Amino acid sequence: MKRHILMASIALATTLSFAAMAQAKTLVYCSEGSPEGFNPALYTAGTTFDASSRQLFNRLVEFERGSTKIVPALAESWEVSDDGLEYVFKLRPGVKFHTTKDFTPSRDFNADDVVFSFERQRDESHPFHKVSGGQYEYFVGMDMPGLIKSVEKVDDNTVKFTLNQPEAPFLANMGMDFASIQSAEYADQMQAAGTPENVDLNPVGTGPFQLVNYQKDAVIRYKANPDYWGGPAKIDNLIFAITPDPSVRYQKLKAGECHVMPYPNPADIEAMKSDPDVNLMEQEGLNVGYLAFNTEKAPFDDKKVRQALNMAIDKQAIIDVVFQGAGKAATNPIPPTIWSYNEEIEDYPYDPEKAKEMLKEAGVEGLKTNIWAMPVQRPYNPNARRMAELIQADWAKIGVEAEIVSFEWGEYLKRSKLGEHDTVLLGWTGDNGDPDNFLYVLLGCEAAKDSANRARWCHKPFDDLLIQAKRTSDVAKRTELYEEAQKVFKEEAPWVTIAHSIVFKPIRPEVQDFKIDPFGGHVFYGVDLKE
Amino acid sequence: MLRFVLSRLGLLIPTFIGVTLIAFFFIRMIPGDPVELLVGERGISPERHAELLAKMGFDRPLYEQYFDFVGSVLTGDLGRSIVTKKPVFDEFLELFPATVELSFFALIIAVAVGLPVGIIAGVRRGTVFDHTTMTLSLTGFSMPIFWWALLLIILFSGILKWTPVSGRIDVLFFVEPVTGFLTLDSLMSDEKGAFWSALRHLILPSIVLATIPMAVIARQTRSAMLEVLNEDYVRTARAKGLPPRRVVGLHALRNALIPVVTVIGLQVGVLLAGAILTETIFAWPGIGKWLVDSIFRRDYPSVQGALLLIALLVMTVNLLVDLLYGLINPRIRHAR
Amino acid sequence: MAATSETREIQAPPSPLREFWHYFSENRGAVVGLGVVMLLILVALLADLIAPYSPYEQYRDALLQPPAWEEGGAWNHILGTDATGRDILSRIIYGSRLSLMIGSIAVGISVTIGITLGLMAAFFRPVTETLVMRLMDVVLAVPSLLLALVVVAILGPGLVNAMIAVAIVYIPHFVRLTRASAMAELSKDYVTASRVNGASLPRLMAITVLPNCLPPLIVQATLGFSSAVLDAAALSFLGMGAQPPTPEWGAMLADAREFILRAWWVVTFPGLAILITVLAFNLMGDGLRDALDPKLKRS
Repeated sequence: MKRHILMASIALATTLSFAAMAQAKTLVYCSEGSPEGFNPALYTAGTTFDASSRQLFNRLVEFERGSTKIVPALAESWEVSDDGLEYVFKLRPGVKFHTTKDFTPSRDFNADDVVFSFERQRDESHPFHKVSGGQYEYFVGMDMPGLIKSVEKVDDNTVKFTLNQPEAPFLANMGMDFASIQSAEYADQMQAAGTPENVDLNPVGTGPFQLVNYQKDAVIRYKANPDYWGGPAKIDNLIFAITPDPSVRYQKLKAGECHVMPYPNPADIEAMKSDPDVNLMEQEGLNVGYLAFNTEKAPFDDKKVRQALNMAIDKQAIIDVVFQGAGKAATNPIPPTIWSYNEEIEDYPYDPEKAKEMLKEAGVEGLKTNIWAMPVQRPYNPNARRMAELIQADWAKIGVEAEIVSFEWGEYLKRSKLGEHDTVLLGWTGDNGDPDNFLYVLLGCEAAKDSANRARWCHKPFDDLLIQAKRTSDVAKRTELYEEAQKVFKEEAPWVTIAHSIVFKPIRPEVQDFKIDPFGGHVFYGVDLKE
Repeated sequence: MLRFVLSRLGLLIPTFIGVTLIAFFFIRMIPGDPVELLVGERGISPERHAELLAKMGFDRPLYEQYFDFVGSVLTGDLGRSIVTKKPVFDEFLELFPATVELSFFALIIAVAVGLPVGIIAGVRRGTVFDHTTMTLSLTGFSMPIFWWALLLIILFSGILKWTPVSGRIDVLFFVEPVTGFLTLDSLMSDEKGAFWSALRHLILPSIVLATIPMAVIARQTRSAMLEVLNEDYVRTARAKGLPPRRVVGLHALRNALIPVVTVIGLQVGVLLAGAILTETIFAWPGIGKWLVDSIFRRDYPSVQGALLLIALLVMTVNLLVDLLYGLINPRIRHAR
Repeated sequence: MAATSETREIQAPPSPLREFWHYFSENRGAVVGLGVVMLLILVALLADLIAPYSPYEQYRDALLQPPAWEEGGAWNHILGTDATGRDILSRIIYGSRLSLMIGSIAVGISVTIGITLGLMAAFFRPVTETLVMRLMDVVLAVPSLLLALVVVAILGPGLVNAMIAVAIVYIPHFVRLTRASAMAELSKDYVTASRVNGASLPRLMAITVLPNCLPPLIVQATLGFSSAVLDAAALSFLGMGAQPPTPEWGAMLADAREFILRAWWVVTFPGLAILITVLAFNLMGDGLRDALDPKLKRS
């Protein structure tokens, strides 16, 4: 009882209305926007994953909270065949799905649920494939349809995945949001009731929280799942207060109206550091911001020109002005937090004199070019226009005249994929912490033709290293290959690697055990509120 | 009367067709690629891109798409949002009550202040009261409401800390949505203090939204009063020695109200346009904010549906005002 | 007014201009409005001379400096500086150019198109009239800011496109007004007389009828000017109009939003500038209406 009184008084001190729910521990997260929906397989936005997969669902394997390490989740253990083609997962027994007003599970989680979750996305004739619009962009984007040959139930507690070719990052892919496990029993019931869409609207998962209610653009409510297989969450209620404006989020955090907020204004960071109501956490982000040269166009097909333009850019100025200190100059195309990051590589020094000379040697004079700058703010680049202006000024010093170009975001992505640019600013945030997810996706030959490889750079020796690394599951061997690949990359310089941003997470002092998710997500299982 | 109603309804049909044309073709002309926006940096293969466009129905000839669109609009189907994949109409219905609640309160404030001010200013023409209120109302009419909103936030939320910065209700209150109007729902729920919280969240946005209509109503009421007070029958009443209060109350006011009703009705369009700004600033979860978000996300079906429904709403209100006007004023009914 | 000058009276009527000024100057607000408008035009013309700094120059040692009279302020930046150290006063001074330009061009476009369509509707009945008027109904059915937003989304964000969008939105007002007054004029004797005399249609439209429709159009144009400034600022505020670092007042406000609770001056002054400009034009419009509208004039 004493505990309750104490809690109530703290709550009263923060906001008037806390008293109403003082008996229960309620954590309020001021989220940045409305989720697209609650089935993570259907969507691609981080905001959606925060609201769905990261609270409501589990996957066969997951990433340890706050790291990129793969740990068992709904699968207790797994085995990979020697040829790398078969993955057999042993499932965790006794896992319960949520009980909601529409659904009371009659059985525990089993292999049927795993098969359902993947077959719905993979098999176009599956009865659920077309439900809710039927687009599974992440599944397709990770090339799962081409990779998975079959998903079979061996027995109630065993599932076997067969692949078409060996793919080392496959296990990490199974920890990604799209691979969240849905209830097959719930789906069957809804199908029978003629309302299959309810599966996606009123989600049922195995996760630490279950959905209570959602009001678009306003609030999402969750309560702790009492039967959670990992033990119930330390907080009883979780509320997402949808607050699009970052300065308003900060205001609410100060006022005690929320406990955790994402994406602070870079301009507010200084104030937060000295604010007694705020505990500012920070971590290097799993991302990279870069400037890609279109290596198909002259003179960017010449390695020497690319190196020269690399040397002409003052990265420190970019870190100071654009990131306002919340970034770290990048040397490699993968962030230092990913395994196989090659520490030995040295970045091109900032040396305009040398750069000028090298351009001359390459026979390039009076170069006129363009710099494409994104119209939106991204985690890896808080202000692309400003960044472009700095690069423009730097290049002007070595006699390169660059025009800044921008388009509407969707248009920008499309045109840069088609290679209409000379140089383009872009970036990437990792999905699964595997180096392959950066190197092969962004720089592989397969992506060089009208796809994510904006440098349109296909360098055989580099690509071979990546393919080799994909085909083996021996981590030591893969590390070696990736380290070598980074060397080749730096020498060939298809990009100017600009920065890895630093992620800031302001939380209130009473929040305990919050960990920054390297993938940019927000996970509230394991978080506690001090009384 | 029936003929009058029918002729007004007849005028509505070509307008509605025009609106569907605008909603459809204008939206298609917006550059940008919804598919690319959905997948972001990851990118998508050209084949898959084409496939998705086809799935969304964007690959067929425009006129075919248009007829399909009109066909489904007539059956009440506005398509599905590209982003949430939910039916546009459902989303509209979910968010609409918030906008109605806000607009309703704003209109109440506007009428409650504007009408008496206008009447008094009209009756006491040339007094200090008249000059002050009319200067104020012209200022209100000239107000950039997005700035006005920010000023009020600085004062009431930042300095005085009386009102919350954004949202509809404190998130800790769980009010079951019955009507969708939080002031009503909170009264019906057993959450103590929820009503008060909803009201505190409502006050700043509705004042902001009320500002312009309030000014318009005050000014129009004043000039209607002036006009009526000049009419012969009022002068006669005055000459007969009726007390001024009765003259104003009985004779002048009733006749002055006719044009004022029209003006109030016409504020619905103003309110909806104002809601776009007000909702964006106060993060009010209504259709104004939804529309702006949808435009930025190139969510064609949502923008299209919202545009259509809002236009329909404005047209309906205008029609009602028109009919009402015809009802009180037979001269209008028989003209034309 | 035009009618007065045509009636034959024994004593010479006062010149129209003097009569106009007589009525206009009776309205004190209108005179104040006119004064402010003149001042604004002067500021806009002389921006290069009176602005203390360039509107783009960033003074990195004076970020978010408060106005001179506040604690921490200094007289080198009288109204303070914004987040990147730009002088707010200079930006507001240069912003007046943009706002006046937006108003004039937007109103210019909608007046020209509006009058043309309005005259056509009045002269070519019923087919052209029906077409034009129904089209205007459609435009009016969509709330103005919403339509402007969609138009800007189509054309792409930017100052010029915002002007075009705002102009489109205001066309129907001018069309309706022109048509109504032109139709009233068409039934009058002097029009019939010119017709009989064989005046060509364009001549009849532009020289005989139009000048007599002008007074309400002038009033509407003045009021439209203020609405155009307001709507263009709103578009910029939503990120669809002028793009930063352009010193457009609405864009300055949008830029300042994140500092609203920390630096009131970056939010206050640009908004005040908008309000004063719009108010001045509205005051002037009111005075014009009183002076030009014969019905109200006599009351």
